[in-house]
Amino acid sequence: MLILFTTALLIEKSILVLALFLVTLGVAAYATLAERKVAAAMQDRVGPDRTGPFGILQPIADGVKFFMKEDFMPNSAERWLYILAPGAFMFVACMTSAVIPWGTQLTLFGRPIDLQVADLNIGILYILGFTSLGVYGVMVGGWASNNKYSLYSAIRASAQMISYELAMGLALIAVVMFTGTLSLREMAEQQAGLNWNIWYQPLGFLIFFVCALAECNRAPFDMAECETELIGGYHTEYSSMKLGFFLFAEYINMFIACAVIAVVYFGGYNFPGLDPSWLGGLMGLVVMLAKTFFFIFVFMWIRWTLPRFRYDQLMQLGWKTLVPLALANMILTGGFVLLFGK
Amino acid sequence: MTLAVFLTLAIASVIFALLMVLTKNPVHSVIFLLLTFFAIAGQYVLLNAQFLAVVHIIVYAGAVMVLFLFVLMLLNLNTDAEPRQTARWKLAAAIASGMLLLTMVGALRGGAELPIPETSDPHVGLVKNLGRVLFTDFVVPFEVAGILFLAAMVGAVLLAKREIR
Repeated sequence: MLILFTTALLIEKSILVLALFLVTLGVAAYATLAERKVAAAMQDRVGPDRTGPFGILQPIADGVKFFMKEDFMPNSAERWLYILAPGAFMFVACMTSAVIPWGTQLTLFGRPIDLQVADLNIGILYILGFTSLGVYGVMVGGWASNNKYSLYSAIRASAQMISYELAMGLALIAVVMFTGTLSLREMAEQQAGLNWNIWYQPLGFLIFFVCALAECNRAPFDMAECETELIGGYHTEYSSMKLGFFLFAEYINMFIACAVIAVVYFGGYNFPGLDPSWLGGLMGLVVMLAKTFFFIFVFMWIRWTLPRFRYDQLMQLGWKTLVPLALANMILTGGFVLLFGK
Repeated sequence: MTLAVFLTLAIASVIFALLMVLTKNPVHSVIFLLLTFFAIAGQYVLLNAQFLAVVHIIVYAGAVMVLFLFVLMLLNLNTDAEPRQTARWKLAAAIASGMLLLTMVGALRGGAELPIPETSDPHVGLVKNLGRVLFTDFVVPFEVAGILFLAAMVGAVLLAKREIR
């Protein structure tokens, strides 16, 4: 009986992992199309519309193109690390989605299935851990290419990520102090209805949001791939699907960052008037994805609205504005929790 | 099952640690050290210390090693640019690391007689329990470590400032 149960759990989790993987890839693929459509709308253009209605097949065409292109490797590149870097970057990007609660429970074939691969009691730290590993793909890739511009970009990216991780962690500590848990599922459960953390942590949210933009290498913080200064950035020497992996993993990172924002600050699968257990649990999933997509849109909106920061401005903002603000937010939150309880 | 996982991780960590020392290229060294840290984090998970495992990854793999890699890339060390090490330097390095080894062996001596702490409690590594212990039983060492870090930070800033003047 126990073995049967374990096997069933194993199969269930495997299917969930596979589904999550496919959904992540699908969302990332269509985020590329969405990005181009949003850019087009903001610049009063049409955007890609040759492949299927409204360019709906564009991501598939792009994918095929990536595979068909010549896979060129520079002679002086560090062979193994050069090959390893895009894979490592992609792997780390895909790992983070495991602890995100995408919904409450789905009832399939009379079995309640948690819409979360692993409910770790340290979920939020797991996400921070894997985010901090993301920089290795960029650094190793940039270094192994043996190109000056790639190396500059890798150095910029790593300095930026270390700087913004600090403020990001400090902003999250305030949430953890307030909610009293490190588990993302418990956090989502506490925010039933409209009792979202954003009402209690507006400053924390702002800091986290800016840091998420910087961690994803998104404009206005995309110094690592600043075309005007660095040709293409850390992936200048990459071509074919290796380049595709780098670009694709960035969209996955954006998807996960938006999902984390939705869970930590905007109630996850909760929405007033919509019980997440409706439609056999699908409602929670729909609400969660809607919130995530909204934030992906905001990310794109920012990219096509704001100009890029200068590098010293970026460091100033990170160390002299965000870190002190996050510390102040942490102390304030601690004081409030001490005085009024939760 | 647990033993198999333990052995795999232990062997992996020893192999990666050896590769880290033996490889010529400093960037490869950093990557092997990174893999060693992962293997050690796996051991923490086996001991039900998930918090420690994740913090280990965040601090060592996510921050310290990134800084190492950062510095190595800035210097861009390679075999022809590397300064030649004289025999005296090699001797000094051998003596210093030999002393460290001696200290560590001395510290571990008699470790076998110590009682093995009970690890069957699955909640031992939870953040709540860890925090409670840190702020009650081990509050003095904890605070001393904090002051040590602060002093190191102030020292680093001071050193960096002196360069500019």
